[in-house]
Amino acid sequence: MSSMRILIVEDDTEAAGFLAKALREAGHVADRAPDGLEGYALARDVAYDILIVDRMLPKMDGLTMIGALREQGLQTPVLILSALGQVDDRVKGLRAGGDDYLTKPYAFSELLARVEVLARRNKGAANGESTVLHVGSLELDRLGHKLTRDGKEILLQPREYRLLEYLMQHAGQVVTRTMLLENVWDYHFDPQTNVIDVHISRLRSKIDKDYDVQMLHTVRGAGYMIRDGAR
Amino acid sequence: MTALGKLFRTTVFKLSIVYLILFAISSGLVMGWMAWSIRRLVDEQTTTAIAAEINGLAEQYAQGGIRRLVNVIDSRTRRPGASLYLLTNFQGLPITGNVAELPAGTLEKEGLIETAYQRPDTQAMDRQSLARVFQLPGGFRLLVGRDLEERETLASIMGRALSISLIWLIAIGTLGGLFVARRVLRRVDAMNASALTIMQGNLNERLPVAGSNDELDRLAENLNKMLERIAELMVGMKHVSDNIAHDLRTPLTRLRGKAEEALRGVKSPDAYRASLEQVIEESDQLIRIFNSLLLIARAEAGATHEGMDDFDISQVARDVGELYEPTADEAGLRLVVDAPVKIIVHGNRELLGQTIANLIDNALKYGVKKDPLLNDPGSVMHAQNKNTRDYDIKVETTLEGATAKIIVSDHGTGVPADDRQRVLERFVRLESSRTQSGSGLGLSLASAVARLHSGELKLEDNNSGLRVVFSVPGKASDPTIPLET
Repeated sequence: MSSMRILIVEDDTEAAGFLAKALREAGHVADRAPDGLEGYALARDVAYDILIVDRMLPKMDGLTMIGALREQGLQTPVLILSALGQVDDRVKGLRAGGDDYLTKPYAFSELLARVEVLARRNKGAANGESTVLHVGSLELDRLGHKLTRDGKEILLQPREYRLLEYLMQHAGQVVTRTMLLENVWDYHFDPQTNVIDVHISRLRSKIDKDYDVQMLHTVRGAGYMIRDGAR
Repeated sequence: MTALGKLFRTTVFKLSIVYLILFAISSGLVMGWMAWSIRRLVDEQTTTAIAAEINGLAEQYAQGGIRRLVNVIDSRTRRPGASLYLLTNFQGLPITGNVAELPAGTLEKEGLIETAYQRPDTQAMDRQSLARVFQLPGGFRLLVGRDLEERETLASIMGRALSISLIWLIAIGTLGGLFVARRVLRRVDAMNASALTIMQGNLNERLPVAGSNDELDRLAENLNKMLERIAELMVGMKHVSDNIAHDLRTPLTRLRGKAEEALRGVKSPDAYRASLEQVIEESDQLIRIFNSLLLIARAEAGATHEGMDDFDISQVARDVGELYEPTADEAGLRLVVDAPVKIIVHGNRELLGQTIANLIDNALKYGVKKDPLLNDPGSVMHAQNKNTRDYDIKVETTLEGATAKIIVSDHGTGVPADDRQRVLERFVRLESSRTQSGSGLGLSLASAVARLHSGELKLEDNNSGLRVVFSVPGKASDPTIPLET
């Protein structure tokens, strides 16, 4: 993943400091704004790849700031951070112009995975829209709903198909368990048990079991990633 | 405020005064009408009597002329009675009769007249009469009338009766009003006194109920029920805070302990890493408990009404069942979903999905019967029964009338009947399950979600195992689509 320029709009300086430091360690450039007004000015004047915005900010609250930026025609993806984690809060956040929503406290790996997916989506670099997805020797025909590896067809259950499709759309990127639950099952709750892991291991047994090169990788402490293992 | 002032200010007293005034006016009207009717009756009778008298005198005059008339009048005036006669000559001077004086010009009037007159034995023109004057040939005038004393007496009797009855009415009404007001005031004061004690913190106090089953009693009973509910909530709150203290203290202690242990002595980077990972895991568990608590609180406050929508609950049951199926399979349990019919429910899809997930999660955790002989948590009985049962965990949806039911059943240890209500409370975990991980909030969340959707959660016996019945209002899929004929 190439380096991104990220703006963190967060009034808690310590939290913003941790976040900026972690993002820099992940190879990105991170700027900070302590309130909504300064965040608005910076986001308008500097070309950021992504904005990370806290909902409750002094001077101008996060949602108002995002609304104002969107009115100015700014298309930069926004990840909203909030201590309010309920469904309707999430809907409000997304309606105000946010692209993704993360509840505090969050795991940094979760935030990083979401930030990278958001930024890539905006650049149009993801092969999300093409009718045939390729990752290494895997080929997913989205019109015929057919998966082949090295030309050999692998039969998938409908849900396994959607799981793999999402992973392949974000090939080379870390995808977390919550992202999978949100995008493949359309639920936002915490399932408490390892339900997603079991689905992944079933999928893995179908696509990787008979091959030397593993494609579906577990990223420790973060989630999963599909990539061409040969590289 | 004085006691009497307080009494005068009561609604009851004010109402009785208003009624009193209304009653006084209406009884005055009734008596006035009666007086008027009586007067009319008397007048009519008088007129008839005068007419009869005139007829009689006319007969006498026709038979015997003026001389006979004078004789008859003379004899009649000597008899006691209310009849009045006066015969005058062409000069207007009285010839005979029992009327001494009349207002000037009275004899010139025609028809029935009401006039004052003077009796021969008195000096003042102080009596009233009803009379008629006749012209006789030769300038003679004859006045025939009747004294109205009877009528006046009747009127004054009526007037006295009216005023006396009004006085009694007002007296009794005021006293009655005061009496009733005092009775009511005494009860309201007692209720106020109780309310005051309750407000000062004595939640066991109840409002007095007189037992007469009147509106005050019903009010008191309802307020008492409200107090009952408040007391329940208070107990619940205390219970919850005790449990929060316990269930948050435990992971917090573990968290702190792990951090301290990591700091003790010098360790390899890998060991530090492992400790920190454990610390994060513990804090994640804490976050989970917080989130569940928050969700329950919001569901109970009804704050999540915003996200409500119409959706197919069977679809949600199938999706969540499918989500958990591999996990169940891995645990060696057969998870079956039986939700073939579309059932529309108005609610929060996310919350209901999470509820079904929690119920399945519970069934996975507790739905496995541990072998009592081996007393080994790893050994499960389902292995022996696997072939005799068609499921270990079953998720069903049915529509019964206007109630959508989501039923999650298992063949696990079940919940003893006495504990079924208790496990719906927050943080309650039966002793037998203390060893299992989990926040103990799953069922109370499900119960809160059911209440939010105007439904209920019931735990039933599944003939060895537990059957959780979650019912919410629902309907068959879109009724606007006409049925195929």
